[in-house]
Formats: sequence, C-alpha cells, structure tokens
Amino acid sequence: MSTLTPTEPRASVPGRTALTTGPRRRGKSRMDPTRNNTAAGIAAWLLALLFAVPVLWMILTSFHSETDAATNPPSIAADLNLDAYKEFFGASSGVSPWPSLINSATASIFSTVLVLLLAIPAAYALSIRPVKKWTDVMFFFLSTKMMPVVAAVLPLYLFAKNAGALDNIWFLGLMYTSMNLPIAVWMMRSFLDEVPVEMLEAAQIDGAGLLLTLRKVVAPVAMPGIAATALICFIFSWNELLLARVLTGVVAGTAPVFLTGFVSSQGLFLAKVCAAAVVVSLPVLFAGFAAQDKLVQGLSLGAVK
Amino acid sequence: MTNATARISRPGHSAPQPSSNARSRGRALAWVRRAPLLPALIFLIIVTQLPFVVTLIISFLNWNSLSPDKTGFAGFENYIQVLTDPDMQQAIVTTIIQTVAVVLASLVLGLGLALLLDKKFIGRGLARTLLIAPFLVVPVAAALIWKHAILNPVYGLINGTLTWVWSLFGSDTPPQTDLLSQAPLMAIIISLVWQWTPFMMLILLAGLQSRPMDTVEAAQMDGATPWDIFRHLTLPHLRQYLELGGLLGAIYIVQNFDAVFTLTSGGLGTANLPYAIYETFYFANEYGLASAAGVVVVIGTIIVATFALRTVFSLFKKEAAR
Repeated sequence: MSTLTPTEPRASVPGRTALTTGPRRRGKSRMDPTRNNTAAGIAAWLLALLFAVPVLWMILTSFHSETDAATNPPSIAADLNLDAYKEFFGASSGVSPWPSLINSATASIFSTVLVLLLAIPAAYALSIRPVKKWTDVMFFFLSTKMMPVVAAVLPLYLFAKNAGALDNIWFLGLMYTSMNLPIAVWMMRSFLDEVPVEMLEAAQIDGAGLLLTLRKVVAPVAMPGIAATALICFIFSWNELLLARVLTGVVAGTAPVFLTGFVSSQGLFLAKVCAAAVVVSLPVLFAGFAAQDKLVQGLSLGAVK
Repeated sequence: MTNATARISRPGHSAPQPSSNARSRGRALAWVRRAPLLPALIFLIIVTQLPFVVTLIISFLNWNSLSPDKTGFAGFENYIQVLTDPDMQQAIVTTIIQTVAVVLASLVLGLGLALLLDKKFIGRGLARTLLIAPFLVVPVAAALIWKHAILNPVYGLINGTLTWVWSLFGSDTPPQTDLLSQAPLMAIIISLVWQWTPFMMLILLAGLQSRPMDTVEAAQMDGATPWDIFRHLTLPHLRQYLELGGLLGAIYIVQNFDAVFTLTSGGLGTANLPYAIYETFYFANEYGLASAAGVVVVIGTIIVATFALRTVFSLFKKEAAR
C-alpha cells in the first residue's frame, strides 16, 4: 500500500494512458490483483504445506527406522531405509497384507465394472434419449445415496449370514456396486449431456444406426467421463470400512479392515503403521490425482462442474 | 458456450412428437427407452430399499440374537429406549456436534483456501495438489496417522514439535498435549476437518471459477473495494455452492464411522450414531434396538436431505435451463 504512488499505475499499464487523469482509485483497483497475488500465493502455499504436513510426515516416517520414528523431538534428518516396508509385507511378522490388498482390488474392480455396466445404459436413458419424468428417476437414484449405510447394514449382515455370503468378497463387491451406482449415474448423465445434440441429429439424418452413433458420436465424448467415473467408484470402494468390517472377516477382509489391526497402540511400530498407511493409500492417491477435477463432481453428485 | 446451446435444445429433443397412427409404436418405443434404465433401477431397489424395509420391521421387534426365545413384537419400545437411553442420547448429541462443527469449520477454511487459490500465483497447481492430498488418504489410514503419528502424547508430531521449539529457547519443560484422552471429540473433529476442507475448497473453487467476471470488472471500475465485491457479488454467487458443500458434507459426515472407530473406538463420549449402532448389533446383538436407532438416523438424514435435494435441484434446474 505504502509503495503505491499515483504514477505507478500509469507506468505499469502502458496501453491505458487515457486513464491517467481518472480518479486515483481506478489505478489502485487495477494494481490490486498483482499486489494481492503475491500475498495470496504465500498464504496459499503456507496453508497448503500445513495441510500436507500429516501426509508428508506419514511418508517420511515410513522411511525411518522404528527407533528414529518414535522420538520426541522428531528426527527429521534421520537415515532413510525400507525396513518398515519390508516389515509391513511380512518379512518377520508373518502376517502378509497381500490377501487384504488383493481382496480390496477384487471388490473395487468388480464393483466398478458392474457399476459401469449398469450406469452407462441408465445414463443413456436419462440423457441422450431421456425417458419421461427423467428428473424423478434421477432424484430416486440420489435419494438412495442419502440413506445412511448403518440403516441397512443389519439386514445385509443377516442376509449374508443366512445365504452363506458372509466373508465373501464378491458379495461385498455387490454391496459396493449399490453404494456407487447412484453417483455413477449422476456423473455419467452429466458427461453424456456434453454430447452436442446437433451431432446426434446429424448422425440420425445420415442414417447412422444406434451402435454406429454410440461408437462414433457418443463414445469419444463420453470416454474421459467414463474413466473419471470408474476412478471415483474405485476410490470409494477401496476406502470403505463399515460394510467390509461387518460383512467380511478372516478370508475376505479388505485393506481398510487390515489397517484396523493397527488401531491399538500396544506393541505398535510407528514406521510400520506409516508404511501400511502409505501402501494402502497409494492406489487412491494415484486415482485421486488423476481424477481430481472430476472428484468433486462425483462427490457432489454431478451438481458442480 | 457451444455446449450450453446444445443443452438448451435437449428437453425438446427428448420428446419427438409421435405421428397420429403410431400410438402403439410410441408405447413400444417408450419401453425401448426405459429398458436401459431398468437394470440399474431394479438392482438399486433390491439392494438398498429392501434392506431398509427389513430394518424398519426389525425396529418394531424384540430381538436379541443371544436370547432367541424372547423374540417378539415390541411396538415402539425400541424407539422409546433409543430416545431415553443415556448412551444413545449421548450418541445423538455427539453426532450433531461432530457434523455441525466439521461442516462449518471445513466450509470456512475451504472458502478461505478457495479464495486464495482463485488468484494466480507461482506454483498454484502444485499448491492445489498438496491441498487435495488429505482428501485422498484412505480414511482409516488418515485416522491411524492422526492417532499414532500426530496426536500421540509420547512421540506424536505435535508434542515433538513443541519440544523442539521449546528447546530452541533452551527450555527442557515444553508444554505437552494429550488431545486423544483430554479432548477426544476435538481430536476427531480436527482430523475430519483436515480431511474435508479440501472437498469444500474444490466445490467452492468450481463456484468461484464459474463466476461471471464482467460484473466483477464493472464493479472494480465503479470503485468497489475487494470486500464490497466479496460481500455483494462473490458471496451471493457462492451461496448455492456453500449450501451444496454444507449439505453434502453433512450427509457424508453424519455417516462417519472410520474416524470414531480408529481414533477412540467410541470411548469417552465420542461414539456417534453409526458407531453406536454398529456396537449395538455387532457386539450387544440387540438387533431391534440397533434397527430403531438406524431408523432414527434415517429420519434425521431425511430432514437434512430434503434441504440438500432442494439445493441440488436448484443447481440442476439452472443447469438444465442454461
């Protein structure tokens, strides 16, 4: 503020010499963005680092030895090694995380594929060739998402128990499908809305059949959307704990269920916990960064573009 | 803009007028149109609606799986017990405190961050990526890190940093905190705010970037201060994004289970309704009681969701009419 003199704005905006006789505040308001940006940039960076500290700390600690990890004050500059990762993958403890990681991958990929198979036709029926009262259908999908999982988990547990589907990873995958389907339908519909009507009409006039239209007109526009939807469904399934905790056990336990083994601090190895958290989070971090623009759209059910 | 024009004509495009002699053909066509929708609809009804109906039925039963002979119709007994039991009352209060605190704090922080990130500065993309990271750590893993690596009273990062800062000034007696045992609810709230602020930030950033800049420039020309612009242009424009973020956040955070399970295992008055319900049926085997509590959560969610739907609906309408 103090460095701002009336002559500065004139000098900094060469094309606007006509404004030099204008009131001083005009020059100031043009200057404001540049001046604020530096301050905003520093503030944003500080806050971003503050928010990232737990994540960065988790990653750093996972490369420390157990004795360096559990110190007060923290030993930031301690030697880095892969011991915690070796330990996590069962070098000496004997409990391998691989089955749970494979279970998580199985349930997540299976449910994601199933979600896409169900959601893409549904979105087609809600966007490209909308059925009557399609908004009502959209809101029905949304309303199922608003029901808390706890309100349905007991019947699902009882059903699984009686049907012999308890501790079965495919049944869990089926539950994840229902969890993600409404979001996927909403997202896919908003992506299919991007297909220009003119192109659809042109294809119709040219006598293109349904399959040809889908392949040549719809698919190119919808592909990135399908990819984003798939990534988001994968993330939600991978992250889920409550259903996995209730519906699986020894055989079909997922990675989050495996992580709950670290809840108690007794006999805890901090570097190993951090390594476990990093390993289990890696697929989500990759998928999330890849889909970051669409992530909010998915979570906000397609309402925000 | 090209997409916007396409969207205008879509509703009209959706309803081609059937010719006079093609009524039955039209009806068949309607079913052809509905067909792609049906698998998804039927699947969802079976997997989500049916279980809730069962929950509703069980909520009116006396049913503890450990004493099967006492199973029978209970009327509203379970509901009375849910609403009068001190533990359940505590869980209801905890749920409300957790949800409101987390939603408000993450909205305010998210708004601040979104306003900062809306400006151009060096490394903005990287800063944004760093800010999203908390949201992308698996919730259980995030809660574990908060519990063991950050908040642990002996070797956690917070106390470690305090020790380090105090040692810089030559002190051997730094203040040490133990949030997990002294203010466990606060610990849960902090970790959830950390995880949900990026979500709010992204929603509000999307809102900010859809703001029509010509009015802002006009206001600047008229000599409006940045505060004027924020108060009278930005905030009204962001209103529905704030509502959307708040209501969706509320719906997700009401259901929070991972943080409570991991950080405190529901101890010291931190059990929210999802965790209390989980304990009631999973450990106490009180199926009737757990179901009644589940129905109470749904009623609470419906109240919130009614507003949420209205907000989403208004966004949705606006988009359709664009």
